[in-house]
Amino acid sequence: MDNSPILEVEKLNIRFDTPVGVVHAVRDVSFTMGREKLAIVGESGSGKSQTGRAILGLTPGKVTAQKLAFHGQNLVDLAEPQWRAIRGKRIAMVMQDPKYSLNPVMTIGDQLLEAARGVKEGAEARQHALGMLAAVRIRDPERVYRAWPHELSGGMGQRAMIAMMLMAEPELLIADEPTSALDVTVRLQVLAILDDLVKTRHMGLIFISHDLNLVRTFSDRVLVMYGGQVLERLAASELEQAQHPYTRGLLACPPEIDRRRQRLPVLQRDPSWMEPVW
Amino acid sequence: MVTQPMIEIENLSISFGRGADRVDAVKSISFSVAPGESYGLVGESGSGKSTILRALAGLNPFWSGQMAIAGEKLTAKRPRALRRLVQMVFQDPFGSLHPKHTIDRILSEPLAIHGFEDVETRVRAALERVGLGPAFRFRYPHQLSGGQRQRVAIARALILEPKVVLLDEPTSALDVSIQAEVLNLLTDLRQQLGLTYVLVSHDLGVVAHMCKRLSIMRTGEVVETATADDLSEGHLLHAYSRQLLIASRGYDTQAIAAFGDF
Amino acid sequence: MTDWAIAATPPRWRKWLLAETPQSRLQARLSRAYLNWVAFARNPLAMLGLIIVAVLIIFAAFAPWIAAHNPLFGGDLQTERLLPPGGDHWLGTDSQGRDIWSRIVYGSRTTLVIIFMVAITAAPIGIVIGTTAGYVGGWIEGALMRVTDAFLAFPKLVLALAFAAALGAGIENAILAIALTSWPPYARIARAETLTVRSTDYVAAARISGASGLRILFGHIMPMCMPSLIVRVSLDMAGVILIAAGLGFLGLGVAPPQPEWGQMVSDGRAQILEQWWVCAYPGVAIFIVSLGFNLIGDGLRDVLDPREG
Repeated sequence: MDNSPILEVEKLNIRFDTPVGVVHAVRDVSFTMGREKLAIVGESGSGKSQTGRAILGLTPGKVTAQKLAFHGQNLVDLAEPQWRAIRGKRIAMVMQDPKYSLNPVMTIGDQLLEAARGVKEGAEARQHALGMLAAVRIRDPERVYRAWPHELSGGMGQRAMIAMMLMAEPELLIADEPTSALDVTVRLQVLAILDDLVKTRHMGLIFISHDLNLVRTFSDRVLVMYGGQVLERLAASELEQAQHPYTRGLLACPPEIDRRRQRLPVLQRDPSWMEPVW
Repeated sequence: MVTQPMIEIENLSISFGRGADRVDAVKSISFSVAPGESYGLVGESGSGKSTILRALAGLNPFWSGQMAIAGEKLTAKRPRALRRLVQMVFQDPFGSLHPKHTIDRILSEPLAIHGFEDVETRVRAALERVGLGPAFRFRYPHQLSGGQRQRVAIARALILEPKVVLLDEPTSALDVSIQAEVLNLLTDLRQQLGLTYVLVSHDLGVVAHMCKRLSIMRTGEVVETATADDLSEGHLLHAYSRQLLIASRGYDTQAIAAFGDF
Repeated sequence: MTDWAIAATPPRWRKWLLAETPQSRLQARLSRAYLNWVAFARNPLAMLGLIIVAVLIIFAAFAPWIAAHNPLFGGDLQTERLLPPGGDHWLGTDSQGRDIWSRIVYGSRTTLVIIFMVAITAAPIGIVIGTTAGYVGGWIEGALMRVTDAFLAFPKLVLALAFAAALGAGIENAILAIALTSWPPYARIARAETLTVRSTDYVAAARISGASGLRILFGHIMPMCMPSLIVRVSLDMAGVILIAAGLGFLGLGVAPPQPEWGQMVSDGRAQILEQWWVCAYPGVAIFIVSLGFNLIGDGLRDVLDPREG
């Protein structure tokens, strides 16, 4: 199996022009990834979502990078027609809330077919769509194919969304908090589906989340972001040995069922964490 | 000697809609909460936990059964004096403060409604109690972070000196590090002021931390009543509760494969 | 890049208005208003609209000094009638020998009075009806909304005509007629906003605190309706001017010899081909002021009710 990197990011910067000045949302972020599950973890304002969107050219900010390459193809300053060849077809994105990311006036089936336009047509596309719905463990694919988004529960909607994003068989899937809007048990089932699909299709998965405890068991590697920078990068299995105080703080502060404490440890933000890492 | 419960709920039923569209959101729930206790209601969406809270808060007059707070029987109409007894903190810090009111106005309005005289002192004291300095007094909500807004919401809930505070997923919308601060604040306040909490959450970890006793709910019914110790020791009887507990521990392929549909 | 509006503010005021930590409700409110003004001032077209309206107000206030001649009575009917623009009469004279420029300048007063009075009568009626309907619901909402629908079903000008014809000519009746036809859209907007605001957590919190329905309606719901209403009212002002002009054109409205732009256009109908200036210049005035209000309305919308993410 090919283990070469599919995505190379070097010194990615995203800046926003606001009336109060330039906001430097992502600062000198660098990483490479192969066909693995990479988690980008951070709190709100850390820049993790913007990073994910920049890979698809969907961020309204100004993107500059020393290198931003997908299978060697440069993604900086691409023209729209070139982006269209990549988005959905080679890199896809699943977002947080299917209530907002599914088109409410199209049936699921129509949306699946639309996602496969240019790749598969006609009866073949329909068969493929039903196959994808079965792959995301939807028990009655025919019914969901004909259904409208508002008729589906959160978990079903998100699974339909994943099916839609995988119609064109992309190589890289970016999931931006895909389970945050779901119930706890459904959350894990959706993760299991993602895990399965990524393995069987040899895809790369970038999993953006604020929940460090969720990704420690789900992903292979973890990038911890704060204030637009990557503060620490490590294998998920090594999280217990994290070095950076921010990572350790994030790991320690959620309440745990097994280890109950009177007061939860509070993260002391050190201003030095905002200083350039390089 | 048995102290009278602070909250007593018996056979509470709440439904919405009529005829074919009728939804029984809460089906004959009963539980009681002792004074100074923190009681948890855990469940996923649609379990009815928030519906119970809203009825307790007096936001929904269409319920049947019996509810009593501090011995006072509750009726569909909530007299103003009774409003002082129970207050609520909402889930979304961005939606629970009026965008066009200053923090000062948000905090002084309840005092004005109930005819308090020393508004100035109480507002300042309320802000201090939740760890916000006087600098925040005349700011607008959009100038505050999520955690700060939630502190204001807590200050507002406490300003009428209630006995019961209802917490509807108070930290679900906050970052983990802020969640820890807010949960610590809530714990401290309960001890300092002798408050009674009813905490609703989908997060077993939060409920285990904040509450000694809890009810696990599903589609309007109580599936199981347990203690926080039961959770940490894994002593849960019902299959659904056990599944919820496993799900709270994080991603585990084998465990998930064994999940049932309830 | 600093906003010109910030740079133009005296430093002492600037510091007070931009303070991170306001010390009083007044300071907080003024600070917010100031920031809105700065955002508004960034928009060149909006500023153009503001200038136009400012000129209108200056004309109205200083009419006696700006107008060159008597607007009500003209000169010698033998020699002064229908003079072309130029010389003593900048925009020419009309069929009564009156100076058109002066009549336009004094006519600005009529325009301003009509706009102002319509705004302060129609908007409150609309808000109260709309918010009450939205908050109370039930049969009251149904009844109020059907009344609103009935008023909305009539074309504005026709309804204004009917009222003006029934009430008689005169500026007060014209204002009443226009106001009666202008309030329904505001009621609609107010009701729509109320339905959204009614189910928010902050209104729920107010109810839990024991707030009465009236307090919630006036203190919580109405303030949230204001932005879209302000924008709508500004945009409507252009339409109000045109309706007033229409009424004036048809002889219902201000009684002659008081100058009113619509009436002036009507008066010039007979001479429109040879002495075009009698119609054209009042028409241009109507156009410019309508445009001004439209630009202000758009600018206000960008500041108060932005739709982009």
